[in-house]
Amino acid sequence: MRALAWHGKHDVRVDTVDDPEIVNQRDCIIKVTATAICGSDLHLYDGYIPTMQAGDILGHEFMGEVVEVGAKSTLKKGQKVVVPFTIACGSCYHCGKHQYSACDNGLPADNQDIAQELYGQPMAGLFGYSHMTGGYAGGQAEYVRVPFSDVGPIVIPDGVDDEKVLFLSDILPTGWMAAENAQIEPGDTVAVWGCGPVGLFAVQSAFLMGAERVIAIDHFPHRLELAKKFGAETINYEESAVYEALMVMTGGIGPDAVIDSVGLEAHGFFVDNVLDQIKASTFLGTDRAHSIRQAIIACRKGGRVSMPAVYGGFIDKFPLGALMEKGLTLKTGQTHVQHYMPALLNAIMEGKIDTTFLISHRMDLEDAPKGYDMFKNNQNEVTKVVLKPGFN
Amino acid sequence: MTDEKTVHTDDAPPTTWKIGDALAESGIPDEKGGSIVARAVTINRPVGEVFAYFRDFANLPTFMENVERIDILSDTRSHWVVKAPAGKTVEWDAVVTEETQDSVIAWTSKPGADVANSGRVEFRDAGARGTVVTATIAYDPPGGAIGKLIAKMFQREPAIQARRDLRRFKQLMETGEIATAAMNRKQREEEMA
Repeated sequence: MRALAWHGKHDVRVDTVDDPEIVNQRDCIIKVTATAICGSDLHLYDGYIPTMQAGDILGHEFMGEVVEVGAKSTLKKGQKVVVPFTIACGSCYHCGKHQYSACDNGLPADNQDIAQELYGQPMAGLFGYSHMTGGYAGGQAEYVRVPFSDVGPIVIPDGVDDEKVLFLSDILPTGWMAAENAQIEPGDTVAVWGCGPVGLFAVQSAFLMGAERVIAIDHFPHRLELAKKFGAETINYEESAVYEALMVMTGGIGPDAVIDSVGLEAHGFFVDNVLDQIKASTFLGTDRAHSIRQAIIACRKGGRVSMPAVYGGFIDKFPLGALMEKGLTLKTGQTHVQHYMPALLNAIMEGKIDTTFLISHRMDLEDAPKGYDMFKNNQNEVTKVVLKPGFN
Repeated sequence: MTDEKTVHTDDAPPTTWKIGDALAESGIPDEKGGSIVARAVTINRPVGEVFAYFRDFANLPTFMENVERIDILSDTRSHWVVKAPAGKTVEWDAVVTEETQDSVIAWTSKPGADVANSGRVEFRDAGARGTVVTATIAYDPPGGAIGKLIAKMFQREPAIQARRDLRRFKQLMETGEIATAAMNRKQREEEMA
């Protein structure tokens, strides 16, 4: 089959590789009909994530048609499914609590060592996202082996357009959980850093959860425009001072809840960010984290900090004092996708959530390297690239 | 470490002690050598089921990656063939020295073992969370040139291997299979070779 493989920093290629097969009884094989490039794929593309190996197949946002099932899969050939990016067993203590991204068994035993050392306990497996998260081949391919297919994939009713439901795989539940973690109360003002896909879904979700005002922060005019369409007020950090603007806009109080959906590749020439960049390039630290620092400082006393953004390692100059003195609550984590999928599928079917607005480009899988380059270098216009095998 | 008998004021398991004689206090039979390792895992299945699967030693190679095979010689005696570096194997006879249904299994290797070892696996009913399995293993790395190779593996590996084996045991008991990123059956076979 054809698949998009990582070969090094800013070097991804569509290679011909072996087709996947059923290996375990709960597996299924799907024929990919649509897959997207995620902002977190750019972390891999930019070489920020360790434990990548040349030839690793990328992609963790994908859907397709079931073409083969293992003896214990509950799926049927021909069904259309969206696959969660988190690989979770459904049987362990954490899955029982619907903390799917904390699944005990999603990672192969040997791959659990790294996370155990780095984080204290191993996490769930992820598709197409380094060997620390399992080394599972991803979905930017013609076919994918999906483990625990009786637990993860959600069956999509016939006749629904792929593009409407594809984002159930990651960014829609991630934006939704970000808003949920912000514990929004009616009348709240919520500030969202980053108007990428997750931030934009967080904006929509925050309003659905009762926020009175949402203030969206970014530097790409087109992305801020999209946030405005959903009713958000905007701050362009290249044009205005973020903390000062937020304080005036909230009457000196600060936002009740703040959401950092930027993460480890925060842009912008802030002093701490530049220092982080120097450290990242000299391996003194891995994460550049201006957005989370600014969010914590801006948040009102007793407020809530939600951090869907991906961080992998360590940062310094973390405003721990502000977190403590102001009595903030910090909630974060990889998304428990399986938990959110059914309700969000309903919300899409009922027209409560708009997903297709995000897609700016559609391409053939063969053009994926071009898609990465565009997504990396023109983030203003390129909001989401969807790849479809055989599109041309 | 100190030679004097150290009185511990805390409740930490002996295998995690920085001072004192952990081996003597560990409760494992027949002290073998100076290396000891303990790992614990919680398995979301009833204690009876977990114990029964483990007690049938013929099952152990399904999750103990380095164990090539175990021949059952009697209810308490078994012969172990374990993979070693450079395509070699090490072998020993083991005898069960203590057994309490749904609670504990302890064993020790018989004289003449390539790698003298002994251990104790405890099973504790953890209610809604299932079963806590704690494995404590003591082993005596052998001398000689091959011994050094084996020692290299065993001085470092038992800690890692015990942890990985317990994870695989948990995966098998909880999910009915062992997680793998292999894309096809050939890759899976290579992983297990």
